[in-house]
Amino acid sequence: MAEAVQEQAYDWSEYRGVLIYVEQREGLAKPVSWQLLGQGRRLADKLDTQLFAAVIGAQVEHLAQDAVAYGADRVYICEAEELRDYRTRPYSRVMMQLIEEVKPEIVLFGATATGRDLAGAIATHLPTGLTADTTELDVEPDPSRLLLASRPAFSEKMMATILCKQYRPQMATARAGVFEALPRDNQRSGEVIRLDNRMQEEDIAAKVLDFVEDQASVNLEEAEIIVAGGRGLGGPEAFRLLGELAAAMGGEVGASRAAVDAGWIGHEHQVGQTGYTVRPKLYFAIGISGAVQHTVGMSNADCVVAINKDKDAPIFQVAHYGIVGDLFQIVPALTEEMKRRKAAGMQAMHEEGEVGA
Amino acid sequence: MLHIVVCIKQVPDSREIRIDPATNTLIRQGVPSIVNFYDLHGLEEALRIKEETGARVTVVTMGPPPAEKSLKICIGLGADEAVLVTDRGFAGADTLATSYVLAKTIEKVEQEWGKVDIVFCGKQTLDGDTGQVGPGIACRLDLEQLTYVSEVKQVNAEQRTVQVGRKLEDGIETVETRMPVLITALKELNQVRRASLPGMIRGHRYKPTVWTTADFPDLDRARIGLKGSPTIVAKTWVPEAKSVNCQWIDGEDAQAQANQLYDGLWDADLPARLGWVQGGASHG
Ligand SMILES: Cc1cc2nc3c(=O)[nH]c(=O)nc-3n(C[C@H](O)[C@H](O)[C@H](O)COP(=O)(O)OP(=O)(O)OC[C@H]3O[C@@H](n4cnc5c(N)ncnc54)[C@H](O)[C@@H]3O)c2cc1C
Ligand SMILES: Nc1ncnc2c1ncn2[C@@H]1O[C@H](COP(=O)(O)O)[C@@H](O)[C@H]1O
Repeated sequence: MAEAVQEQAYDWSEYRGVLIYVEQREGLAKPVSWQLLGQGRRLADKLDTQLFAAVIGAQVEHLAQDAVAYGADRVYICEAEELRDYRTRPYSRVMMQLIEEVKPEIVLFGATATGRDLAGAIATHLPTGLTADTTELDVEPDPSRLLLASRPAFSEKMMATILCKQYRPQMATARAGVFEALPRDNQRSGEVIRLDNRMQEEDIAAKVLDFVEDQASVNLEEAEIIVAGGRGLGGPEAFRLLGELAAAMGGEVGASRAAVDAGWIGHEHQVGQTGYTVRPKLYFAIGISGAVQHTVGMSNADCVVAINKDKDAPIFQVAHYGIVGDLFQIVPALTEEMKRRKAAGMQAMHEEGEVGA
Repeated sequence: MLHIVVCIKQVPDSREIRIDPATNTLIRQGVPSIVNFYDLHGLEEALRIKEETGARVTVVTMGPPPAEKSLKICIGLGADEAVLVTDRGFAGADTLATSYVLAKTIEKVEQEWGKVDIVFCGKQTLDGDTGQVGPGIACRLDLEQLTYVSEVKQVNAEQRTVQVGRKLEDGIETVETRMPVLITALKELNQVRRASLPGMIRGHRYKPTVWTTADFPDLDRARIGLKGSPTIVAKTWVPEAKSVNCQWIDGEDAQAQANQLYDGLWDADLPARLGWVQGGASHG
């Protein structure tokens, strides 16, 4: 990776439109799919072009409607029993066929295990450039229509913008939780086009034998409220205090890597560079110092409350509200007061309702 | 006997890289080079298969001459042969050009040492950080592809099948497929061994096979190095720390602080936005 290769004029007028891969399991779409449709809509509007969605699976027809409601102009859907589980070969076959027929100028996937697996295969087949794990996506308008795909580099210490000038489509995977989905609009209309599956089961070597859902799995990426704890908790017990606060608020529990590495809480709770990127409305950072590897994962929260006994902890630089003090005193007080206020809120609403009636 | 190729890369330990605040550039000086740690998990699994069912393990890397050091480490751990593919022409490769050269390398390894059954790659590198090279190689060599593998459950040399656990965001999937197969390794896959003393001595004395562009008669020059790389780094920058104005909650005790904080949140209309109450907030 270095300076640009010599410039050359290409005619890409055949390639138009933005295509989003809609990832699903058992008919349930991954939230990143709708987030990418939202961002894809913004890019397509800026390029004055159409937004396409690709839905692949078995019994996934409802997702075509969802994709339209989340911003797609046209949905390509390929349904077959052989496509029930994600497998690289049959899925990449469908996507290749679609890309060759539709010729989109941009194709985006979630940077999930599946999205990365699929995009890596397709980009090599085509071939074209693929930018991994992007967190910013923009386009240059006509005539270049270039995708400006930006991603963190060097353990998040730098950002790099990556271009693909010589090939089409331009492809990228994008992190979950970074882009915002459009509000669902059931009034939107869009076209749905069916594709044939051309691969028979006997031609597919890979067999999915089973899938064991991670029971403990928390949904940090979609959580509106996260109560996260770090090394300052001093042990697994204090996560109970955080759990109580989270329960009182209706939120999820998050953690810093230090707490996860210490074995106090599972990896699926980790926020940050090697954990989840989250964008809740409210984020509590409790006993977390605020290392950059942690803050890259949570600084998109609308409101951050930091609790730390060290007033110079860097976490306060990204916090909207700062409490300097001992978490063992403050967290229980927050839990109790929250319960009291919610109860009072309900009470007030109830009374208002009665007066109004 | 099975033949396993492990793709490894020598990378700067990017966790150690600092940014010079004055110039906003990377300070690479003094940053140690290491074997990309996911790749070591791939090697470890290859060595375990070797111990259980018998296998020949060949390690390959594309990189500058100093990458020889990483190959010696792999030999020290128990690999049988190691190949360094090095040439100025390979410099500046992105994942597409890298997977092209590595696929060519694996084809040549097959000519030299016999048909390859399993290729291990790491989940991703510390510097490239894409996870795309593995799928790229699988695609070029028409291998089955099993990414994000956290457990190799079964390797059946007679039936030529492998069964693995793949760790996805929401759970673990068990997949079985045939060889030849490319597997990308997670750190959950195993615990990497330490080299034994005789191993270290063997590694120290070992001279890796070195191939340059001249050793690949049918290599397409347009597909290697910078020229063969569709992606171009147009710009790099150091993200500015978002500056947020911290409002201090300085009540005299925890109860006062809780009240003060919630008053702030209530003023910001958070209860309604979070669905704690319906409609607009009334608390003032
Ligand atoms: C490659 C790489 C990737 C990484 N990825 C991640 C990642 O994804 N996520 C992540 O979080 N980290 C990550 N890290 C680690 C990161 O650099 C920090 O080490 C980590 O975030 C520190 O966790 P902490 O804030 O919980 O612990 P510490 O830094 O030890 O901070 C603990 C804090 O708790 C406070 N405290 C102690 N007792 C109390 C008390 N009773 N009341 C109130 N406050 C108290 C202390 O003042 C201190 O500020 C990564 C590091 C590397 C090198
Ligand atoms: N230059 C290289 N030489 C050998 N293997 C590589 C090289 N680059 C990448 N790989 C392999 O591909 C995996 C994924 O790399 P990346 O796509 O750069 O994240 C690594 O873990 C290695 O196993």
